[in-house]
Parts: sequence; C-alpha cells; structure tokens
Amino acid sequence: MVKDLKKIIFSLFLLLCTAIIFGLIKGSVSIPLNQLFIKDNQLIVNMRLLRILAAILTGSGLAVGGIVLQAILRNPLAEPYLLGTSSGAGLAAIIAVIIGVSRVYMPLAAFLGALASIILVYSLACERKKAADKSLILAGVIVSIASSSLIVFLVSLFGDQAMHEMNWWLWGSLQVYDWKLILLVSIPVVLGICAIYIFAQDLNAIQLGEEEAMHLGVNTQSVKNILIIITTLITAGLICICGIIGFVGLVVPHMMRLVVGPNHKILIPVACLAGAIFMVACDVFSRTMFSPVEIPIGVITAIIGAPVFIILLKRGQKV
Amino acid sequence: MKPLLRIDNLSAGYYGEDIIKSVSLDVYESDFIGIIGPNGSGKTTLLRLCSKILRPRKGGIYFENKDIFVMDLKEFCRKVAFVAQDILTSFSFSVSELVLMGRIPHLKRLQFETKNDIRIAEKALELTGSQGLKDKMIDELSAGERQRALIARALAQEPVLLLLDEPTSHLDIGHQIQVMDLLKRLNRGSNLTIVMVLHDLNLASAYCNRICLLDNGSVFKEGKPEEVLTYKNIESVYKTIVLVNNNPVTKKPNVALVPKEL
Repeated sequence: MVKDLKKIIFSLFLLLCTAIIFGLIKGSVSIPLNQLFIKDNQLIVNMRLLRILAAILTGSGLAVGGIVLQAILRNPLAEPYLLGTSSGAGLAAIIAVIIGVSRVYMPLAAFLGALASIILVYSLACERKKAADKSLILAGVIVSIASSSLIVFLVSLFGDQAMHEMNWWLWGSLQVYDWKLILLVSIPVVLGICAIYIFAQDLNAIQLGEEEAMHLGVNTQSVKNILIIITTLITAGLICICGIIGFVGLVVPHMMRLVVGPNHKILIPVACLAGAIFMVACDVFSRTMFSPVEIPIGVITAIIGAPVFIILLKRGQKV
Repeated sequence: MKPLLRIDNLSAGYYGEDIIKSVSLDVYESDFIGIIGPNGSGKTTLLRLCSKILRPRKGGIYFENKDIFVMDLKEFCRKVAFVAQDILTSFSFSVSELVLMGRIPHLKRLQFETKNDIRIAEKALELTGSQGLKDKMIDELSAGERQRALIARALAQEPVLLLLDEPTSHLDIGHQIQVMDLLKRLNRGSNLTIVMVLHDLNLASAYCNRICLLDNGSVFKEGKPEEVLTYKNIESVYKTIVLVNNNPVTKKPNVALVPKEL
C-alpha cells in the first residue's frame, strides 16, 4: 500500500508538471519550450503563470472542500457549493455591479455574499444548537435556489450590462490579472487546506457516523462547525477570483477515493494534487480548443466531469 | 469493593421529557451485565448516557470515581468502548482500516498509527476470530461478520469497560451464540467488564452474572438472573404470559413464550 502510494504521488507530480508545461506553452499563441524564457515572451508567460497558479489553487481548494463536505455531511453528492456559498456570492456580486460599486471591490462583495449565505444556511438549519446533516443540505439548497432566482430577476431587470459582467462569473474563469488578489486568496486556501489536514483523523471517524465518531473520542459537533467554516472561507476566496467552477469538488474526491481509498490522511494530499492537475488541464483545453475564443472553464469541467462521474456511478456504485 | 461505573440517581431524556427516571446501578469490575426491558423502556437511552453521547438532566455517572461528564472525551474513550447494533458508512473502509480506527483515542493529532497500534489492531482481529476478514470491505460483510469487526474495533481501543447495544439483534442463533461466547471469553480472559442491552431474555439469562430489568425508565428489578427472570417480574413488565423453567444444561432460568391464541 505504502509503496503504491509513493508511486501514485510521484506520477501525480509528474502529471502536474506536464500539465503546467502545457499550460505555459499552449494558448492562442503557442510558444515553443526553448523560447519560453526569452524577453519577448515574458508578458505572455507571466500571464499564463498567473492562470496556472489560479488553476492550482482552485483545483486543490475545491477538491479538498468537496472531500470535507462529503465526509461530514455523509453524502456522496456533496460539493463545496452545496451550502449556498456560490449563489450567495453571485447575488452579492451582481448587486455590487448594479449599484455601481467599483470593479476593484467585486471580489470583496462576492466574499461577503458567500459568508452571508452560509450564515443564513447555518441559522436556518440549526435546531437546539445542533445542525443536522439533512437540514443543512436542505437549507443550502433552498438558499441557493432563492439567490439564483434573485440573480435572474436582477439580470432581467437591469439587462445587458449586468449580464455581461456576470457571465464569466457564473461559469467561472481563471483569467486573473492581479498578482495581489491571487496572493491574497491563496492565504485562506493554503492555510485552510493545511488546517483541514489536521482533522484528517476526525474525518475518518465521522464517516462511521456522528455518534460512532464520539465513541472514538472525536467531538463531532465542534469538528463539523470548524470544518464548515474553513471550507466556506476556502470556497468564498476561490469564488472571488474565478467565479463558480462546478464538478471539480464533486468528481475529483470520488476519483481519488477509487484510487487510494477513503482514508483522509492519504486522500486529502492526493486529491489536492489531482484537483490541481484537473484544473490546469481543463484550463489548457478551454484556451486551445476553439482558440482564439475561450470557453468558460466551468463548461469544460462539466463536459469532462459529467461523463467521468456517470462512469464512476455506474461502476457498481462503489464510490 | 468500589464500583467501576456508578450510575447515581440518573434522570435524562430528550426534549424535556424524561425517558430515564432516577436510575441507579453499580457496575463492578469483570461484571457481565445485561440491561433488559420492553421497547421504549429506556435501555438504549441509558447506554447512550453511559457513553457520554447524551447528558443527564439530574444525577450523574461516575467511572473510576470520576464524573464522566467532566472527563475529557478522548481520555474517556481510551477506557470505555461502545459497540453499536450496526453501522452504515457512506464510503467503504476495509475491516483492517475500521479496526485501526479504534486507535484514534490513543493517537495525537496528525500522528500516524505506529507499529504498536497496528499490532494491537491485529490482536483485536485475532481475539474476535476475524483475521480472515481483514482485507474485506465493511459493506461486503454479513451481519455476523460486521458485528465481530465492530467488536474488534472496540477492543482496539483497549477499553476497561465495553458497552454494547443489542449486539445480537440482527443475527441468527448460531451467530448469536458465537458473539456471546466471544464476549464471555473476553470477559473472563481479558477481565473486560461488559454492560450490554439485550432483547433476548434467554441469552441474558445464560451469559450475564447480573441483569437489570427496566420498566418505563426505572429499574424494576436488578440482580442475578434467577432473581430477575421470574414469571411474575416478566409478566408485569412485558404484559405477556410466559413460562419460566430451568435450562437443564446451564441451570439458568429459561423463558418460554405462551401465545394467547392457539
């Protein structure tokens, strides 16, 4: 097992490096590998580097977020946006556009919207200081639907301009031009993933059931609360820079569970790598398939993710 | 002799309504206690209180003279293990992974299992006769095998006290005896104290040294099987007619049911 694991991690690293190299050389203009570092290309290479960094952050963050929610809600269909973060962020962002807040503050608005919606979901789901899994999921779905319909409502009222601003956002984009913003977002994402790893053992126990976990000395309720907060911060941060990118948080954890099993001490780092590879690869596709037109990244992840997911689901429902 | 676990005038329940009403019970080292009673009499609730899942409204539970509700949860779980009726996992673990999870209370955060932990888990598998199941997935197991795996996981916690909630309820008679024999062996050989909720009065009679009969949240009668399992006690608590005679082999009371319509 351990030997296999080393091999798996090594090959994932190789894959990631390959994906990164492709990410650097491919695009609307292809740059041959040996000209990557000459001065004329520096601007393009820098821009692509930014995208790759954004892709790695999103891939890892969403994959780990998905793992956490799937584990603590004990629901294989859970994904990072399940608890309403995405549509809350979207709603806040569109309101910001409509009331004419400067673009610079868009990420902040989205972040706050995501936080506000998770607080709403949590308070809806809480009963006697406890949030049951089912109520959390239901509250999440309700808040998501409500804010999505509000988004559509606002877009139809305010028409073109709002729509144009929102489109990239609802389907996700890795086009980030701001180093500072990426660095800022990478803080909650990286720290969050590390913090989640500290709870790997507890996540294993919670898989057996909330009470079972308590019988193993895990304080289920507080672990759940902490992990939901961390996951929300990661997702909200990622939504700010690249909008809503579906399927990564759902599919990558399941794929990696098939490869390394459900033990979170192993699953989390492996899924981190796999998520990064998946996103970098999807980004390359989105830029090159119909170049110079760029296809929204969320479309690509869904096109690749959906069939993969169906195959996994059909394969004996063992996921 | 001081009791290992002392339940002292305990009242508790859900949503403000008491399910357990002023229950007191002393559990001594190497006891094998069966908690019996009709559905809804509070057996499982009592066990949930003893395992720190539920908090009491009144009274207390003391383990080795320490109030369990102020004890650190991890420290408590190093001493007291719990075996559920059955488990449902959302993602399948192998039996060896499941049993190794019994070591969680002994591990620090971020600490991987050491060779010693793996050795203890293997020994737990061996004690329960489930080495052969090691690489199987939990959801591939039969009910009897899963129960053994769950007991193995609890043993990996190296507990002093083992609490079980109807461990035999999903099993056929052959597997019932297998699991109960296993528990008796552990009770004798490893000096493990056992408290279990049971539905089957005859299993309780055959294996327990003391039986606690609950009725509507209170202790109706507590004592040796022959003291508790009399037709009078059973008929007044279960509201059904029974015949109690002696099992010719074990010399313990044997409860036979008498149908009202023949």
